[in-house]
Amino acid sequence: MNAIMTEKTNETKTEASPSEKYKLHAKNVNVYYGDFQAIKDISMNIKPKSITAFIGPSGCGKSTFIRLFNRMNDYVDDFKMEGKIKIDDTNIYGKKTQVEELRKEVGMVFQKPNPFPKSIFENVAYGLKIQGIKDKELIAQRVEKALVQADLWNEVKDNLNKSALALSGGQQQRLCIARTLAVEPSILLMDEPTSALDPISTAKIEELIHHLKEFYTIIIVTHNMQQASRISDYTAFFYMGELIEFDKTKKIFTNPEKKQTENYITGRFG
Amino acid sequence: MNNLKKNRYKDQAFKALGMLFTLFGILILAILLYNIVRVGFTRINWDFITSLPSRKPEQAGIYTAIIGTLDVMLLTIIFAIPVGVGAGIYLEEYSKKSRLSSLLEINISNLAGVPSIIYGLLGLGIFVRFFNFGGSILAGSLTLSLLILPIIIVATREAIKAVPSSLKEASFALGASKWQTIRSVVLPSSFGGIITGIILSLSRAIGETAPLIVVGAMAYVPFVPHSLFDTFSVLPMQIFNWTTRPQQGFAVAAAGAIIVLLLITFIMNGIAVYLRNKWQKKLQ
Repeated sequence: MNAIMTEKTNETKTEASPSEKYKLHAKNVNVYYGDFQAIKDISMNIKPKSITAFIGPSGCGKSTFIRLFNRMNDYVDDFKMEGKIKIDDTNIYGKKTQVEELRKEVGMVFQKPNPFPKSIFENVAYGLKIQGIKDKELIAQRVEKALVQADLWNEVKDNLNKSALALSGGQQQRLCIARTLAVEPSILLMDEPTSALDPISTAKIEELIHHLKEFYTIIIVTHNMQQASRISDYTAFFYMGELIEFDKTKKIFTNPEKKQTENYITGRFG
Repeated sequence: MNNLKKNRYKDQAFKALGMLFTLFGILILAILLYNIVRVGFTRINWDFITSLPSRKPEQAGIYTAIIGTLDVMLLTIIFAIPVGVGAGIYLEEYSKKSRLSSLLEINISNLAGVPSIIYGLLGLGIFVRFFNFGGSILAGSLTLSLLILPIIIVATREAIKAVPSSLKEASFALGASKWQTIRSVVLPSSFGGIITGIILSLSRAIGETAPLIVVGAMAYVPFVPHSLFDTFSVLPMQIFNWTTRPQQGFAVAAAGAIIVLLLITFIMNGIAVYLRNKWQKKLQ
């Protein structure tokens, strides 16, 4: 967390520290797009090295919420946010937060594979090069490490200079994961990472996510109930901008507290 | 069944009509080219290109006009490209949506359609008179720069708009700043479109006569310009002047100069197509 850690403000220090146990901490978060309220007073704590699934019907605010953690909503016109979001006890919406540093710590994988129109190697090296790393050996090492971690190395090691656009959709998505891992974040945000992929590629990525849990705190938005129940430790159910229920995945899928949650996961609406 | 036949017939009719219109345009162009080449081709030789203009049609050459055209184009490139591309990037990537920015946008689009003679008058007022550059190469190329700026800005913006936002998001999400994203993702992906826009705008500038007449380009310049403040001539000026002369010999010389001007334009467009294709291949 280097840069952000060092910029901890006094204000955050004096408060009671909730994050001994928690990696991410959201408190009373409201989000508005102009007059429309997309997130309604959501608070949530996420443990380190856990997988949390966000589920809910389209337009329920889960994508908006996941994008708060790396401040990707900042580019949306009329975006306004209230409340606090802390990562490792640092308010990421504080005045001193450097967004670029934050995003090195919080990686993101998108819905559609979006490799750059560059070579496979250049794609993975991108995040390192923009940090100003020039040492070619170090870059090559970290590219290889990231590709191995993303379970893509064996498929591409002989073609690193080939265009990334020549890869299959599933390979492209694993390349995008590798590209994110190369920057060595501690948190991975995944916004429906398998929704554009076939079942075999999906299975591969789910297995990959399972392995990555050892090193990363992972949040995954998914429309696939089975996927949420298969891979996550915790599940959060969103509806109309509200967090209806947030608990251990097992509990949510076997014995949810709220009727709405039960209706949704059993497919009665949404 | 009857309806189906009718539709197919309509389809065929439209296809034939479309082909006719296409051929019509090409035919006119071919006749024009044929006429010019027939008249002017015999006139083109090394002497014609390296001779100074003269009162005698047989001795007249286009040396000063070619040098003038190349000088003016070079300066126009230097002035217009950085400003035009920079403004395009700013408007597309940095400027916040506001009433001022939409006013700016509408104005720039309108400026692209303003008749070139108006730019000539503007150049006369600002560069020739106010800055006292006189009827010089500098004043001429600054005027042409103003003329093609809106075209370059609009082309740059369109090219940047075509870059998928998912690529920009990917770059931001990896911790890139706005400028790093523009330099490493946006510009490489839009380079083909930007370069095409630039070269097309230069092709327009190279054929402009009206604004340069107003600014004070000469038809008869018996020396090669040595400084930015020298008077100058360009190929279209030379052609315009020769076609107004009564002697048949000048008509032939004008045809020869037109061929040279067309060649330069074709070469420039060829470079645009080559660069665009090369860039697209590199991206795939």
